[in-house]
Amino acid sequence: MTESVKNTLLFTIVGGLILLTGFTQSWNAAILILNMGLISAVMALGVNLQWGFAGLFNVGVMGFVALGGLAVVLVSTPMTPGAWSAGGYGIVLALLLGAATIVATVMVAQKLPKGRVRTLSIIGILVVGFFVFRAVFDPNAAAVEAINPAVAGNLGGLNFPVLLAWPAGGLLAAGAAWLIGKTALGLRSDYLAIATLGIAEIIIAILKNEDWLARGVKNVYGIPRPAPIVGYEVELQNDPGFVARAEWFGLDPVTASTLSVKLGYSLLFLIVLLVLLWMAQKALHSPWGRMMRAIRDNEVAAEAMGKDVTRRHLQIFVLGSAICGIAGAMMTTLDGQLTPSAYQPLRFTFLVWVMVIVGGSGNNLGAVLGAFVIWFLWVQVEPIGLWLMNLITSGMPDGSALKAHLIESAAHMRLLTMGLILLIVLRFSPRGLIPEK
Amino acid sequence: MDILNALVALANFVLVPAIAYGSQLALGALGVTLIYGILRFSNFAHGDTMAFGAMIAVLVTWGLQAAGISFGPLPTALLALPFAILGCIVLVLITDRLVYRFYREQKAKPVILVIVSMGVMFIMNGLVRFIIGPDDQRFSDGARFLISARDFKAMTGLSEGLAIRTSQAITVVVAVVAVALLFWFLNKTRTGKSMRAYSDNEDLALLSGINPERVVMITWIIVAALATTAGVLYGLDKSFKPFVYFQLLLPIFASAIVGGLGSPLGAIAGGFIIAFSEVTITYAWKKVLTYLAPESLEPSGLVQFLSTDYKFAVSFVILLIVLLFKPTGLFKGKAV
Repeated sequence: MTESVKNTLLFTIVGGLILLTGFTQSWNAAILILNMGLISAVMALGVNLQWGFAGLFNVGVMGFVALGGLAVVLVSTPMTPGAWSAGGYGIVLALLLGAATIVATVMVAQKLPKGRVRTLSIIGILVVGFFVFRAVFDPNAAAVEAINPAVAGNLGGLNFPVLLAWPAGGLLAAGAAWLIGKTALGLRSDYLAIATLGIAEIIIAILKNEDWLARGVKNVYGIPRPAPIVGYEVELQNDPGFVARAEWFGLDPVTASTLSVKLGYSLLFLIVLLVLLWMAQKALHSPWGRMMRAIRDNEVAAEAMGKDVTRRHLQIFVLGSAICGIAGAMMTTLDGQLTPSAYQPLRFTFLVWVMVIVGGSGNNLGAVLGAFVIWFLWVQVEPIGLWLMNLITSGMPDGSALKAHLIESAAHMRLLTMGLILLIVLRFSPRGLIPEK
Repeated sequence: MDILNALVALANFVLVPAIAYGSQLALGALGVTLIYGILRFSNFAHGDTMAFGAMIAVLVTWGLQAAGISFGPLPTALLALPFAILGCIVLVLITDRLVYRFYREQKAKPVILVIVSMGVMFIMNGLVRFIIGPDDQRFSDGARFLISARDFKAMTGLSEGLAIRTSQAITVVVAVVAVALLFWFLNKTRTGKSMRAYSDNEDLALLSGINPERVVMITWIIVAALATTAGVLYGLDKSFKPFVYFQLLLPIFASAIVGGLGSPLGAIAGGFIIAFSEVTITYAWKKVLTYLAPESLEPSGLVQFLSTDYKFAVSFVILLIVLLFKPTGLFKGKAV
């Protein structure tokens, strides 16, 4: 069996599994798996770029995904009336002051000679800067948050089309990644892992607490859809042309409208995935990709050959994070809302890692396949677990505490299964389903 | 009087909680640092090991409570601790035998072991959720306070009270005992010395006839004991919730790295540095300052530098500062 036949077969199997879900469960569920699978595939491409190409250990994927979601709110939601004049400019001023403090600190740290003068002036700048920042920031943030807190209380966005928010999400994530990379990429791999883990937690904490930014835990609802490709169910049901087409398929208008909306998303996500995949493949086979792998396999040798390892690392770290940001923006668009408390590291960081490792790190197709396989399992393990538990407990008397507990716990089979899959793949097929060439 | 009141308020809201939290972090960081020193990888599953140990303690405590056994004014969980440690030892030894040993024999790169520990983390997390569920569980009993705020006020006549919860006192006592035992073991016993030798120079240790598998096994046993103790103490002090233990990973790693990975003394220092900075920076200083400052200068706001939700940011910033200026940590750690 040649390699392309094997790969086609693997992808066909996953496609078949999703189709099977459609026939046995519901088409809604099947397309939902497909959509989230497409988004996961984009995330996996980003992580594969960092880990598979360059060997960078980034466990802050969740943070970049969340930043993509934030970009959707900042770009596509309508502006809150009066928020900018009430405190928006003040907040921007405060943030600029904060940035100026940090820049000044870095300048002093670099320019002044080592000694007591430098230490004291660094501490002085930081302390003064912090209090100035809080003095400008606090009243303005409070003013913005006081505007109609039940439905707004945030700055709102630019009211641009939501599709623009996807590249914006990538840019936002890339900017954050650049800042992080500048400070943390010189560190050893374990330290980089801990640093990215921390950054992700901090980004989530900011999203949860800064209500003026994206309403914090009150969530942002009603994010516009990327019309006209993705419409609204009610409008479709009132469109006689659509109803006629639905009847031609033998579907009632309500089902047809929900399916059509979801398929619209699938189309958009598929286009993004294919473009990114094409770019990643081109990058992998370019001299640049070969250089990256050379750096990954032997940093010292690559540096001796005149490659600037730190700069290349920064470059690929920013690129990979940007892709995660795009995926995050796509996901928030699909959900139609931003829910900061939904970002869990196990789901958004470590699960993506499982996808890349299982699929085959270093191989773009592998990462995409891994994303679909793992996402399918993540969704389906729960019903399978429930079915299994029902089978196991069928002999037990009704109302026994153990039976109730076992059936209730079936929901937690997911994490167990993912861990098992990861360990089994790492042990018996460490190069993944589609290994790197 | 005002100065005394300020001191008492400071002790009540900053010193006592920070010392208790610091002890918990130090115990956790000791486990991370030992794994790093002997097995040479960052164990991402450490938080979930703590959760697993604490979970067994919770279950045994419930069993003991149901059987009507209690420990007087002390929490029953202390009686359950030895059982929990045993259970946790069994789990980590099985994990080592089934998972980690294979990679040790292959001499896999440390980063591969870190990814493997991610898989172990998933499984342990799943196990804990499977057995006890993802919700909050309370299992502390016995006397709630060593000194309650009201008693303290009556005793001293100050307007500020100093409350010391039993769990906080126990945390400190147990942590001191555990650390003393650990250092005695590492410095005085033959096995402990062989462990340190193995950590310093693996090849030399092998040449002098130290059995690496034995060293690794004893390391896991100690780590399980430390992790369970830390987990139970944290659970008694706050409450038991599986996800919280996962989140403790960041401050624990920060403690271990700040102190210098691989250095037990550093782990303890790091734990207290992180705990004290977290508590001082997220504490609202208004009360203390009102006592100290003259009336005209009384603060109007809460004088809280950062909201408590940003406590992770504090450990993180300290971590970054230490890494940028002293990459091997305060007490010279090792770099693999």
